[in-house]
Amino acid sequence: MNIIEVIDLNKKFGGFTAVDNINFTVAKGEIFAFLGPNGAGKSTTIKMLTTLLHPTKGRIQLNGHDPVKDSSAVRKSFGIVFQDPSLDDELTAYENMDFHGVLYGMPVQLRRERIEQLLKFVELWDRRNNLVKEFSGGMKRRLEVARGLMHHPKILFLDEPTLGLDPQTRNHIWTYLKNLNQQENITVFFTTHYMAEAEQIAQRIAVIDHGKIVATGTTAELQQRTGTRSLEEAFLKLTGDTIREESSTPMDRMRMGRRMWRR
Amino acid sequence: MAALNFWLMKIIYILWLRQVKRFLRSKSRIVGALGQPLLFLLAFGYGFGPIFQRAGQGNYLEFLAPGIIAMTIIFTSIFNGMEVIWDRQFGFLKETLVAPVSRFQIMFGRTLGGATVATLQGIIVLAISLIAGFRPVNWWMVPWSVVIMLVIALLFTALGTALASQLADMQGFQLITNFLVMPLFFLSGAMFPIEGLPKALATIVKFDPLSYGVDALRGMLINVTHFGLHVDAIVLVVITIAFLAIGSYSFSKIQV
Repeated sequence: MNIIEVIDLNKKFGGFTAVDNINFTVAKGEIFAFLGPNGAGKSTTIKMLTTLLHPTKGRIQLNGHDPVKDSSAVRKSFGIVFQDPSLDDELTAYENMDFHGVLYGMPVQLRRERIEQLLKFVELWDRRNNLVKEFSGGMKRRLEVARGLMHHPKILFLDEPTLGLDPQTRNHIWTYLKNLNQQENITVFFTTHYMAEAEQIAQRIAVIDHGKIVATGTTAELQQRTGTRSLEEAFLKLTGDTIREESSTPMDRMRMGRRMWRR
Repeated sequence: MAALNFWLMKIIYILWLRQVKRFLRSKSRIVGALGQPLLFLLAFGYGFGPIFQRAGQGNYLEFLAPGIIAMTIIFTSIFNGMEVIWDRQFGFLKETLVAPVSRFQIMFGRTLGGATVATLQGIIVLAISLIAGFRPVNWWMVPWSVVIMLVIALLFTALGTALASQLADMQGFQLITNFLVMPLFFLSGAMFPIEGLPKALATIVKFDPLSYGVDALRGMLINVTHFGLHVDAIVLVVITIAFLAIGSYSFSKIQV
């Protein structure tokens, strides 16, 4: 059974086609990697899957619901870890979790149990009453993973979840996700620029470039198709080796500004 | 249905609680926001006091204190409304936007939280002005003046939210402070009596919503009003509702 179905999905911004009639499916319980160079259309696709953007054309079914027509049902079906941190720094770990639980309509007893279970799972239970601004980058990421799982989603989206983390933390995060996938049969949909991670974790991969899906399959299938010996080589063969320059948006400038301000 | 309504209230409550918690936890914000009103109160209150007295207008501190309370509220609430930009920058906004709640609830909860924080600041400034020598004429009207503070705060938090929804980053913030917040404050009659102004200025003052807020506070606290309390109340409520509607609409159009 497919938990995500994307049919002829298209997104135009003015005259620019960011996503150009793509089709793919993700099976229930699968760990699925969505790879592509910068500006290929990954984030735009994720935004459409997660109800933040409306498609120009095409159709999405997520857990049997349409994100445009039934955004509420879709929103309850997934959890998400964004590329940028999205925690409230002035609240504690526990308060961030609880806030999320209330937004998703969970009763107080269930919230308490679930928060304890998840914070123990990502090894942050001892730090539950610390303000998030005292957390390291890795701890924040783990907390975001826990928060994304709070409302028992069927799908967990992760947009470059391991960006800027040390190998130890990255390894931890993937271990949590693999365990979770096995224990609770959660579908994991992630993007990354670390090809080794995708190769190790993903059961199936889609490669997007210039708004089009250029290949889908297992690592072995992609290697076979391109006649290469690693996913990294296959990826470069599929998407070329020129560097992608994205023009900076106000959002990027703000991110830079933040880096200047914070430590 | 009752359960559903309870949940809707709960969402608004948790968003409100978040704003209030953030405020109470950042001591620097509380102290920082009080420096300016204190300076205005002392420098102008005592500095212009003798001239005001000689012009036959009575005690300037009595006249000024409601204006300074209004100033604190407009500055804090527009800034609180514009916190949407920070939340967008720090990503927290996305967390609320992908949750299964309506944008109206998010906007309303935030606005209520921001307005509560601004009202708390207003109450603190009222307390400070009491220490500085301000004496309300009607003590029993003080609780009602807090209600007016909350309405002024809601009005300008909603305005701040509407503005923030249109801005991509904080660079436009300075522009808004200098060309909107400052004029709204200085042209509201917070510092000077509206009677006998040059005609052009009097007209501008009439179009400034804060004028009615300042006037209502004066009416409640020192029993002096220019427009009359009824007019003040009607204008404030109507404009607040209009800005809440504009704010919700702009907020519903935010893309992240």
